[in-house]
Amino acid sequence: MSAPGPPLALLAELTHRCPLGCPYCSNPLSLERVRDELDTTIWQRVIGEAAALGALQIHFSGGEPLVRADLAALVAHAHAAGLYTNLITSAVLFDHRRLAPLKHAGLDHVQISLQDTAPDNADRIAGYAGGHRKKLEAARLVRGAGLALTINAVMHRQNLARLPEMIDLALELGAGRLEVAQVQYYGWALRNRPSLIPTRAEVAAAVAIVAAARERLKGRLVIDHVVPDYYAKRPKACMGGWARQFINITPSGLVLPCHAAQGIPTLRFESVRERPLAEIWERSEAFERFRGTAWMAEPCRSCERREIDFGGCRCQAMAILGEAGETDPACALSPHHARLLALAEAESAAEPPSFTYRRYANAPSEPAPA
Amino acid sequence: MSASATLTAASQPGLSPHARLRHDGARGGWVLLGPERVLMLDEIAAEILTLCDGAASIGAIADALAQRHAAPPAAVLNDVLEMLQDLRDKGLLTA
Repeated sequence: MSAPGPPLALLAELTHRCPLGCPYCSNPLSLERVRDELDTTIWQRVIGEAAALGALQIHFSGGEPLVRADLAALVAHAHAAGLYTNLITSAVLFDHRRLAPLKHAGLDHVQISLQDTAPDNADRIAGYAGGHRKKLEAARLVRGAGLALTINAVMHRQNLARLPEMIDLALELGAGRLEVAQVQYYGWALRNRPSLIPTRAEVAAAVAIVAAARERLKGRLVIDHVVPDYYAKRPKACMGGWARQFINITPSGLVLPCHAAQGIPTLRFESVRERPLAEIWERSEAFERFRGTAWMAEPCRSCERREIDFGGCRCQAMAILGEAGETDPACALSPHHARLLALAEAESAAEPPSFTYRRYANAPSEPAPA
Repeated sequence: MSASATLTAASQPGLSPHARLRHDGARGGWVLLGPERVLMLDEIAAEILTLCDGAASIGAIADALAQRHAAPPAAVLNDVLEMLQDLRDKGLLTA
């Protein structure tokens, strides 16, 4: 296979520590521990390697990246390397003291997640009392400092009815962009899917609300909408294609083609502690495994959309079918599509069970060292 | 962002505070970066954006380009308006 083109972006998961317990967290169930986190020096080296490799953007994420005291130093390093710097935060740890050094470091953009517009329900979903109020304060602080703001509204069956209010709230907070991120079912969200998945009718209503709002708010608020693909006809082009655009680095330094890739047990991931990032991007087994189209079986192999959606999502094929190389069952051409749809319809029609919150205490116990 | 979402020849466009225009050595071209957005620009688009300083009007930018490239001014104005309107709708441009 010829050498891949350069990656577009690096998703830097600085830590898995987070004060919130959102039951749809995209982190894996086995959360990494603080003792295993990369230190500042290694992160700075890796950021430089990503920029040299051609990455244009860096997303500082987690867990909650603000628990790292060296966040501003890492932002400054990325900014100096020419990267567009984005902070993805729950924002409950934000205050003036944290914001000023980040702005000074050259932070380009802040993305704050909201759990709902109704404060009590927002705090219940996050498992963190008083969190919603802190987030609104933080959003105002960010705008007051002249930084660009995206509101990331994570939506599901327990808050989707308040989508119109969420759009109004994003406007009121001065966001330039709203991401209506309906939950995708990986990691903790997969575990909590029956508590989260909306009905097909609820998804359709949300699509109509977003379409109308986009028209009404053109030039004032950009709205991106991610819908749950269980009701889709064609799969999402997950990550823009495996190992084509994105590099995800976990807190301990493992390099993944996407944040959910550890759900595929047959893949072996390499660490930035042991190998230069460029070599991992270009040659590591986990990146090569599903890169391009050569790995595909039917119906993907002969599909005219094979270089549009790249067979959909490998992690979803793994999660639903137990085989990462299959066509994403979100695709109506998959022989297993009906099974996915039936799951969605059954779970969304039933009463939602209570959440399993994302907490170290709820994570499966660590496997014994080999 | 200002109240009017529709650009005219009199609008004075500038990059949004969160948009970054930079050369991309790895791919050999210019890119415009925003939140979750990477736009690869052709030479003309990059040239137009370097003229968007928040002071020059779109009419003046189009005239300058028409002269520089010996192209019909009305057609250039249309093309520039269309491109900048798209960037404005994406939140990457103020006017």
